[in-house]
Amino acid sequence: MSDTSIPFRTRMSAGIDRFGGVMLLPVVLAFIAFVLIGQPSTWATLTIAGLAMGMMIFLMASGLSLIFGLMDVLNFGHSAFVTAGAFIGATVLAWLGFWVTGGNPALNLAGLLLAIAAATIFGALAGWFFERVVIKPVYQDHLRQILITVGALIVAEELILLIWGGAPIPVPRPAVLTGSIVFAGVSVEIYRIFAFLLGLVVYVAMYLVLNRTRLGLLIRAGVENREMVEALGFRIDRLFILVFMAGSALAAMGGAMWAGYQGLITAALGSEMMILVFIVVIIGGLGSIQGSLLGALLVGLMANYVAFLVPKMALASNMLLMMAILLWRPYGLLPAVKR
Amino acid sequence: MSMARNSSALASKSLRGSAISATWPGRLVVYGAVALIGLALALAPFLFPDVRSQEVAARICVFIVLVASYDLLIGYTGIVSFAHTMFFGLGAYGTAIALKTMGPGFEAILLGGGLGVVAALVLALLIGLLSLRVKAIFFAMVTLSAASVMMVLASQLSDFTGGEDGITYSIPRLFSPAFELLSDAEGKAVRLFGVPLNGKIALYYFVFISALVLFLAMMRIVASPLGSVLKAIRENELRAEAIGYRVVFYRTTIFCIAAGIAACAGILRAVWLKYTGPDVVLSFDIMIDILLMVVIGGMGTMLGAVIGVVLMTLAQYYLKDLMALGAEATGSLPLVPDLLYPERWLLWLGLGFILLVYFFPSGIVGTLLGKGGQK
Repeated sequence: MSDTSIPFRTRMSAGIDRFGGVMLLPVVLAFIAFVLIGQPSTWATLTIAGLAMGMMIFLMASGLSLIFGLMDVLNFGHSAFVTAGAFIGATVLAWLGFWVTGGNPALNLAGLLLAIAAATIFGALAGWFFERVVIKPVYQDHLRQILITVGALIVAEELILLIWGGAPIPVPRPAVLTGSIVFAGVSVEIYRIFAFLLGLVVYVAMYLVLNRTRLGLLIRAGVENREMVEALGFRIDRLFILVFMAGSALAAMGGAMWAGYQGLITAALGSEMMILVFIVVIIGGLGSIQGSLLGALLVGLMANYVAFLVPKMALASNMLLMMAILLWRPYGLLPAVKR
Repeated sequence: MSMARNSSALASKSLRGSAISATWPGRLVVYGAVALIGLALALAPFLFPDVRSQEVAARICVFIVLVASYDLLIGYTGIVSFAHTMFFGLGAYGTAIALKTMGPGFEAILLGGGLGVVAALVLALLIGLLSLRVKAIFFAMVTLSAASVMMVLASQLSDFTGGEDGITYSIPRLFSPAFELLSDAEGKAVRLFGVPLNGKIALYYFVFISALVLFLAMMRIVASPLGSVLKAIRENELRAEAIGYRVVFYRTTIFCIAAGIAACAGILRAVWLKYTGPDVVLSFDIMIDILLMVVIGGMGTMLGAVIGVVLMTLAQYYLKDLMALGAEATGSLPLVPDLLYPERWLLWLGLGFILLVYFFPSGIVGTLLGKGGQK
């Protein structure tokens, strides 16, 4: 966790920090929304939808943020992994056919996990290829990185169009995850719970790897000071590949989850999500997993509340949120390193 | 590992040796090509009288302005913005809405376009002051988000903007094909080289001359002291700041100038097309086009904008035809016709673009003028 302390903080902000500091923002947001919405059951449904959406965005954003933090590479082609993950997930689900739509819950879940695994593995492999072929030659050179990854994004999108065509593709949703349960007057879609849990598992896994393992230690050290890690004799380029593969795999996983959530996907899915992902990464601060989670939850909640309260403002509200946070903290809420 | 140092490292790499190896054959090719293009555009209505060529010529004129103004940012100052279509769109929508509500007249173009330009300037100032002080990569993301919000607004405020369908309107009578600039005894338009001198010609020259003036103004800007400061900022931001130039001020200034010029280009586009919609002025595809054009032509060279725009536009209009022929000819083979399907032309362009950034990072004009050199 990065150091967010300020030299002359007041007693009040010290008190807020003790209760979690900026991590309280989603709670504050939820409280404001509760007052504005007024009906507890609607509010609860929206909150759960927002949390689920936030978790899926977190999957996509965390990889981007980590790649940037460690490698100093902003991958504009990240959305291609999201789209590819969505399409591969959808294709695998369609192949499995009866597994997914049949009545056996175990097979349903196995089918879904298989689809997500396929997308994730593809993401990792594509990430390996991408890092080796596209990004490696342009390390240290931001302008050309942006240009090259935009070029790669164009090529990848065209390839996706070539393979799957431009028409929207329906995604079969596993039978066990369709429908919703009603709990204390609050109806909750099961898929959302699943998405939230999966996101939580991934977050905890990432947190543990980063904070409890030697590998995580190296990665965090690399984020903080790459030259020093190299000088101590570690092969930083291997870390780069690893992190890049993990980030791409997470993006593809997020894409597959999102495909199941949407039910109907087009090749524009990735670029549509990318805006939210960028907003999340900016809000959260580049390079930190906690920041990505915080940003993603804020954006997910905001999107759902505002879509209910003032439907036309849905995307603009997130933009305004980003503007406000940038004014308050120019490097985002929880930046890993202030560079 | 600061961004500024990195981007300036690139810039100095690409500019190293500009004084030593300014090759004259390269210069000759570039200046010759630009002169030829200028001549062709100036005489376009007479050289290529068919409707489609006219469309291509007018598009080239507008895009030269748009791309050159983007080059002021990315090439001369090292700012990567993805909001350029937003400003382009503001100019176009301002003109379109005014023409729709006030009826076809020059005062509508002036008022609507003027308001569009002002809106672009204000927005650019806000974005610039808010986020130009943070790192370039942040700026790229902020502008990307701003542009997409504008896109959503344009499609949702359908009472004003016509939503996804856009707005169709009529333009002043002077510009309509039925209007005769000079009529002969029988009351028909006088023909010059077999081309009737009607309102269509007036409209083309309105677009051409406005574009020319804007382009020359930009040439003047980059040659001025302001241009030198911008290049200094691109080369070494810290040093420019240390010498006493307020980097944020200069960056915001050039961002506003580029936004204003882009909005002017939007006015031209709106007047020429008699239609304004998200697809023709706001979409992200256009932003990508602009980026490709700048990089293909050569960043940091105004003439590069001209070459890049002409090559890309010709490719867009005519490469597709060629690919359609190729797809037909190879129809019996597997996969090949799919790859050559006209809609897939972006795939090839993207591949070419990546190779270009690898091997000729300074673009066609930059390489020819000896500003680049391979890495």
